[in-house]
Amino acid sequence: MSKPAAHGSIRRRLLLSLLAGAAVLAFVVYFVVQTVARQVAQESQDNVLAASAQSILDGARLSGGEVNVDLPYSALSMLDSISDERVFYAIHLEHEFLSGYADLPAPEGDPSGAPAFLSAEFLGEDVRIASVRRRVSTGAGRSYLKVSVAQTLSGQKLVLSRISRISITIGAGFFLISVFMAGIISGSAIRPLDRLTASVSRRGPKDLRPVAAPVPTEMVPLVASLNSFMRRLQQSLLRSEDFIAEAAHRVRTPLAIVRTKAEVIQRVSDDPETRKALKEMIHAIDDSSRTAGQLLDHAMVTFRLDHLVLEEINLLHLVHDTVERLRPTSELKDITMQAFGEQDSVIKGDPILVQNALHNLLDNAVKYSPAGSQIDVVLALNQNEAEVCVKDTGPGFPADELDSLPKRFVRGKNAEAVVGSGLGLTIAKEVITAHGGTLKISNNPGGGACVSLLFPLP
Amino acid sequence: MRQFALSLALIFTAGWSCAFEAEDVASFGPSDSKQVLRILSTADIDFFKPMILSFLASRPETAIDYTVASSTELQKAIVEEGQAFDVVVSSAMDLQTKLANDGLAQRYKSEATGSLPEWAVWNDMLFAFTQEPAAIVVSKTGFKDIPLPNSRNDLINLLRQHPEIFRSRVGTYDVRQSGLGYLFATQDTRASEIYWRLMEVMGGLDAQLYCCSSDMIDAVKSGDLLIAYNVLGSYAINREDREDFHIILPTDFTTVMLRTAMIPSNAPSAELSGEFIDHLLDMSHGLDAVPLTSAELDLSRVEPSLNRIKIGPGLLVFLDQLKRRSFLLEWESAILQN
Repeated sequence: MSKPAAHGSIRRRLLLSLLAGAAVLAFVVYFVVQTVARQVAQESQDNVLAASAQSILDGARLSGGEVNVDLPYSALSMLDSISDERVFYAIHLEHEFLSGYADLPAPEGDPSGAPAFLSAEFLGEDVRIASVRRRVSTGAGRSYLKVSVAQTLSGQKLVLSRISRISITIGAGFFLISVFMAGIISGSAIRPLDRLTASVSRRGPKDLRPVAAPVPTEMVPLVASLNSFMRRLQQSLLRSEDFIAEAAHRVRTPLAIVRTKAEVIQRVSDDPETRKALKEMIHAIDDSSRTAGQLLDHAMVTFRLDHLVLEEINLLHLVHDTVERLRPTSELKDITMQAFGEQDSVIKGDPILVQNALHNLLDNAVKYSPAGSQIDVVLALNQNEAEVCVKDTGPGFPADELDSLPKRFVRGKNAEAVVGSGLGLTIAKEVITAHGGTLKISNNPGGGACVSLLFPLP
Repeated sequence: MRQFALSLALIFTAGWSCAFEAEDVASFGPSDSKQVLRILSTADIDFFKPMILSFLASRPETAIDYTVASSTELQKAIVEEGQAFDVVVSSAMDLQTKLANDGLAQRYKSEATGSLPEWAVWNDMLFAFTQEPAAIVVSKTGFKDIPLPNSRNDLINLLRQHPEIFRSRVGTYDVRQSGLGYLFATQDTRASEIYWRLMEVMGGLDAQLYCCSSDMIDAVKSGDLLIAYNVLGSYAINREDREDFHIILPTDFTTVMLRTAMIPSNAPSAELSGEFIDHLLDMSHGLDAVPLTSAELDLSRVEPSLNRIKIGPGLLVFLDQLKRRSFLLEWESAILQN
């Protein structure tokens, strides 16, 4: 049987799609954590800056129509309290510069007075600037006072790098957990398929019953097709076996008549040519009727195997019985047959089948042994099996065909001159397999074949 | 073209006329050396000499040019003229902070800077290598049977009890002239309101005002003054005649100034600057340090009351023109009562 061509793997595809999804999600998690945390960090920095600017603005007083800004010490020192930061500030009255760093860029102020923020570069470093404003009345009329405070980002950068590390850890952790889950999920998704495969491959060669175990919805059509396929296969098998048995049966009787007629004619004919032709004809008829008989046997064996009846069998009796049945045939070829072995070897099985198997082996032995040789049937009891061994002094088996011989219609290369169907070993093998035993074929060290039936002891 | 030449000439003469004024210049090491470290400092040559010599001892190929200038001239040289120096050393913490804050210092990191205590380094730009307390210097001869004041409160009580003795014989910095005096005064006001009371009392006694610590110490020695307030303790202790006066570190709080060094952003040989900074810090901090200020002024004795001035943008506050103006107004109204 050829191995089906494999293209892709459901498990791998499932695993890959789960992993791809997990990777995307992990990245999204990383990105979201990063963004949110950055925003929070930025907001907290902005709040501190705005508080600083506001405290400067609150310290501004009007005295004599002039603005007097009393810069609170904490307004600038608070910005430096966690990490060392460069700090800049600027105080403007409308567009008039009052104090601080005149060039400090200021964000477009919100007229409502809410703090405004800006990121810019100042004196060679990135800074964040907060700006607040307040309406004041001066001698020159109403105006507004604007305070901007800026801070470098070293503390912010520390926070951000920590946030990056944390969000990378979270993303990676999320991905690792997802990998673990993906492994479990793909395994459990594929399990019903594995189970079906196992249950189908566990079946015996003749088991064509429909799959009855419940399967997931997605697999129902497949199993339904499989079941229907097996049903058709079984029907077709039954039909062909019936057909063969029927055909063999129908052919046997006419063949017997033809053989009898041919023998009669052979006896009365004086023409040596005719006699020779008739002899060949009888030989061919024997061959055909033997094949038909074995086909019938095989059909019978197949039928009985399907409904195997287990009885206690005394192997030695059965062996003697079978030997006696074949003795007339063997004596025609002047072959001595001997049977010996242990008395109380009892196995469980179908006596008709076992006898049929043994009969086929003995028949083979008689057929392939030269005239005047000897056949021994030895019954031996091993530790947990009973061995019936048929030894002959024939040509033996070709060493390279030992495995293929018990197959249906396969005959040894050195058996072409002898009448035979190739079904004998097949029947024996099917019977012994159905009884849980094995068929062993080998060659004797001193020449000749040795075929053993090994039955398990009950 | 003529206009251009004229403006060029103007710029040149302007630059010439306004060039910063060095008080003193000294060179150490081989004169033909290719490696020259240029130091601009507010500290006297004698004060800094041991540090320079120990640095050069292991570097025979290196020379050092040492320029002394006042803190305002130092600012001028660095900010306005962009003079190329490799190391700038100053006792004016606020001005040093402003230089660093304004981006005129470069960052430097090394093993030595990494092991500094947190108060001694700011933004990897400023490195403190001395701790110099503001002390009360009292004349020994003038204070024969009068108990020594240990805190500002003691001092106030003493002045109030004996106005006749102390009239015109107390002195302190003129904070309008002296950057260091201004720094000490502003930090005192941050620490406690008692500074203003003390100034009121001293003003009532017709306090004498001085430009510098050494003048005050001289005045105490000569007997012109009985008490000098906020004198740089390291100057007093380093004098040879230090046995002539008491140096008192007030127990309520002692303001401590940190002398700092930095590498200007335009330093021509910044690598050598880094080595010098490392040497400076190794010699000043740690267990086997040889600080420039005398070890007899043991600060650990008064550790709980130490008010170390924190390097940082807070120092910019009192540099603010509006803030300075209002502070000086208040100070004048306290101390100038005649």
